[in-house]
Amino acid sequence: MNIGVLALQGAVAEHIRSIKLAGGEAVAVKRTEQLEELDGIIIPGGESTTIGKLMHKYGFMDALRDFSAQGKPIFGTCAGLIVLAERIEGQEQAHLQLMDMTVARNAFGRQRESFETDLEVAGIEERVRAVFIRAPLIKAVGDSVQVLSVYNGEIVTARQGHLLACSYHPELTDDYRLHAYFLDMAKEAAAAKIG
Amino acid sequence: METGTSRVKRGMAEMQKGGVIMDVMNAEQAKIAEAAGATAVMALERVPSDIRAAGGVARMADPTIVEEVMKVVSIPVMAKARIGHFVEAKVLESMGVDYIDESEVLTPADEVFHIDKQLFTIPFVCGAKDLGEALRRIQEGASMLRTKGEPGTGNIVEAVRHLRLINGQIRKVQNLSKDELYHEAKTLGVAYELLLGVHETGKLPVVNFAAGGVATPSDAALMMHLGADGVFVGSGIFKSDSPEKFARAIVEATTHYEDYQLIAEVSKNLGTPMKGIEISKLHVSERMQDRGL
Repeated sequence: MNIGVLALQGAVAEHIRSIKLAGGEAVAVKRTEQLEELDGIIIPGGESTTIGKLMHKYGFMDALRDFSAQGKPIFGTCAGLIVLAERIEGQEQAHLQLMDMTVARNAFGRQRESFETDLEVAGIEERVRAVFIRAPLIKAVGDSVQVLSVYNGEIVTARQGHLLACSYHPELTDDYRLHAYFLDMAKEAAAAKIG
Repeated sequence: METGTSRVKRGMAEMQKGGVIMDVMNAEQAKIAEAAGATAVMALERVPSDIRAAGGVARMADPTIVEEVMKVVSIPVMAKARIGHFVEAKVLESMGVDYIDESEVLTPADEVFHIDKQLFTIPFVCGAKDLGEALRRIQEGASMLRTKGEPGTGNIVEAVRHLRLINGQIRKVQNLSKDELYHEAKTLGVAYELLLGVHETGKLPVVNFAAGGVATPSDAALMMHLGADGVFVGSGIFKSDSPEKFARAIVEATTHYEDYQLIAEVSKNLGTPMKGIEISKLHVSERMQDRGL
């Protein structure tokens, strides 16, 4: 599986490393032309305002909506989750608006409130070490969205068909099981296409 | 649940990679920086070139300025404390600042000791001009590094020198044998374990940004080519003719540092960049990079 990591800003190298550890191929994506070669793409953590602006500027909004319409999987972590959301609390304009959910930015507070913890994630056997950095939360989801994990009663991992999102940074640990989970999604999508 | 772990602090800097952190002096400038795509802002009372011009003792900014900036932007807000001035740092932490720059741009408060940064929940960035300084700052708990350059000069030459030196030293350390590493640790004045890490991984354990003298989009792209993880722009933006355009251009040049046509495009009609100072014209006492070794 050939997975792209959107490389406009943020923690790109870490995702590439995790995908490779999980047995996939990974490449940094800076131009929309590169999307054609991919079986899936990760929108990494970074600053969502910066990533959103650059996506607009370089035509990634339409290109990624098209990518998604082909059933190709997208995985958003932290800022990437915000980019995927249909609604952002307190903001009129959201970004890709692909996942039927409302998110709150910086939902835990400022950097001094950032933390790490062990988290249960549906579909992954043992708990995942989750690093939350000025992290967003999923405040509400539509019927088509499946909640995969909850922290203190709030949603932090969710899946809607071929779209996956989490509030934290699996790429900052050596645990690549979420990346393996995403690779499986890409394999299923590729198989469905051929079938 | 644990806060302030080294992973959380270093991770915060990882999220800034490929981004531009801009110096701002008030709420209005902070909004311009955020709208231009800055990944963070550094709230200051004066930018380095003004500090140079004003002379005297430069201290932590008035908390009102920092607070105002924190109120108007949703991106992280950084602020500077004097080298060794742990009370200024504690004050900034208590206000909820996201990152502290223990900075040679301000007048050092301690000529020997840096702040013990491991005692803080929020992360620190520090300047370094060689591998010894870089690893000593990490040892003290810095979660992010930046080149010192020569702040407020609009002259990139010192930042280039520092980044090239650090990268060259890393390559040298990679090729040392184990017994040579002990000696090198002594020479550099750093802990052996930290140096061993560099020897094994071929890189620093935290991100390293370019800072001190970035004045044009091409300057930013040059530093990215030389291996910087991102860019701090101090006086460059709000001392230029059209800060908004300038800020956007630097953001784009940092993302697409290998796309020279794009850099040409964004560099058109930017107006006059900040004037700049020839480094050799600086008196020894005016060299900020020699503070805090």
